[in-house]
Amino acid sequence: MSEKRELILAFESSCDETSVAVIEDGHVILSNIIATQIKSHQRFGGVVPEVASRHHVEQITVCTQAALEEAGVTYADLTAVAVTYGPGLVGALLIGVTAAKAIAYAHHLPLIPVNHMAGHIYAARFVKPLEYPLLALLVSGGHTELVYMPAAGEFEIIGDTRDDAAGEAYDKIGRVLGVQYPAGKEIDRLAHLGQDTFDFPRAMLKEANLDFSFSGLKSAFINTVHHADQIGATLSHEDLAASFQASVVEVLTTKTMHAARQLNVRQLVVAGGVAANQGLREGLAKAIKASDMDLDLIIPPLRLCGDNGAMVGAAAHIELQKQHFADLSLNAVPGLDFPYRG
Amino acid sequence: MKLLAMDTSNQAVSVALLENHQILGEMTVNIRQTHSQTLLPMIDQLLKQTKTAIEAIDRFVVAEGPGSYTGLRIAVTTAKSFAWTLNKSLVGISSLALLAANVTDTTALIVPLFDARRANVFTGVYQWQNGTLQTVVADQHISLEALLAQLQLLAEPVYFVGNDVAHFSEQIQAVLGSKAYFVSANHNLPHASVLGELGLTAEPITDIHGFAPVYLRKTEAEVNWVKTHDERGADSYVEQV
Repeated sequence: MSEKRELILAFESSCDETSVAVIEDGHVILSNIIATQIKSHQRFGGVVPEVASRHHVEQITVCTQAALEEAGVTYADLTAVAVTYGPGLVGALLIGVTAAKAIAYAHHLPLIPVNHMAGHIYAARFVKPLEYPLLALLVSGGHTELVYMPAAGEFEIIGDTRDDAAGEAYDKIGRVLGVQYPAGKEIDRLAHLGQDTFDFPRAMLKEANLDFSFSGLKSAFINTVHHADQIGATLSHEDLAASFQASVVEVLTTKTMHAARQLNVRQLVVAGGVAANQGLREGLAKAIKASDMDLDLIIPPLRLCGDNGAMVGAAAHIELQKQHFADLSLNAVPGLDFPYRG
Repeated sequence: MKLLAMDTSNQAVSVALLENHQILGEMTVNIRQTHSQTLLPMIDQLLKQTKTAIEAIDRFVVAEGPGSYTGLRIAVTTAKSFAWTLNKSLVGISSLALLAANVTDTTALIVPLFDARRANVFTGVYQWQNGTLQTVVADQHISLEALLAQLQLLAEPVYFVGNDVAHFSEQIQAVLGSKAYFVSANHNLPHASVLGELGLTAEPITDIHGFAPVYLRKTEAEVNWVKTHDERGADSYVEQV
């Protein structure tokens, strides 16, 4: 008898993407269906939680069917069902959690609860096997964290933002420049056409800790633009974007390199929506090259940087080995976080 | 036909298992609770107590709204996931009809209502006709004042039903006086067995994937957006990428 394949049906609905994937052995994507609500929330200039929850209900089973069909598997082939249960928007999380619970229960499959941020890190597993200890830089619209992983499935926050997340800062300055939400991609594009001429502050760069702050940068940016408006001057959007991005990238890169050196890690994973940013990718690659460190930079492909079910399936593979299962009372935990390093 | 009925429209969670008209089991919990933590364990317990396998269910019946948005989504998502994944039929029943059906033995008008905040209610008007519960006025989101003005014009006896009725009883009596009747606590509570009974004869949903709660209200963000925008193109707000 051939050994049974390990197949995980994985759900993700923490924000504005409904996604369902089928993952084999934690690193082979058999399907990864993503339904994005971006056009809906663009009407409002940002994600409206109640609207997001309503869309998820309409998408959840149709995405699951597509994921199973594309993977060419049936329920009998599945090993487990996995779902993101936090962090995220509570109403949005609940749809994935509720559907995953019902489907796991209906087919008598174990249910694996997954931390969304662990999912982002494990998106890197689709690039290559992870070696521990490793360092992860998590950058998204809701998070900017440096996470130390002593071993598979173990996470410790060693640096965090004191105020805005990096992605949030992009969206806020994007609004000032009249860039449609989500602004990251367009700011990144503009930044590559301009020069760092405004010399915006680099917050907390001189401090010994590994924490970040982006609200000062955001304020400096907004003040610069408003001041120019008042005196009737026109500033180059390209130079503004380039100057803003230069500050963000320098701060993220410098702190990350400090952490990598302190912890003596061999792999650096960059994950989350802002990991799609070209400026950040280039900045980190350059910093590693300029250093004497043997540091392997792993950045998931673009499709796996945003929210998706595949990353949940990859993280669930580790949880399955640890036999971390949830019971029928599993609830969404919107404020779920990794522990801080003691 | 075996039916599993569930309601999480408001504070109470109620689940019931029926074999046609026969109630095999029913469980209702009426405390402040998190429906996502309560519903599936209750279903599991009900099925175990009745020695029923989930695969043996032929039809899933759910209270589809109106009600608490988050609450509605728990039962609706659970029921549609079950029906779809087990390839069984799915029926959605008005959460207001479910309450109206508690009040039997009268041919008077029955008005179930839920507090929708800001002096508004979710409500409808129902009546038993030849043993069948009929909708006289469709479920709607309306100010209590407007509802009572309309009912006053009818000058007929009206039975009010629902846990939120007590909250409005003074206003109701002030307008309708002796035409207003109130029911016992047991009738104000949703019973999933009643839901199952209504679901037995109802038409099943043809598009299970598209099934969603009947909120009866757009979100505030959408209401404001529509004031200044053309809503055509609404079908493409979500897309697979």
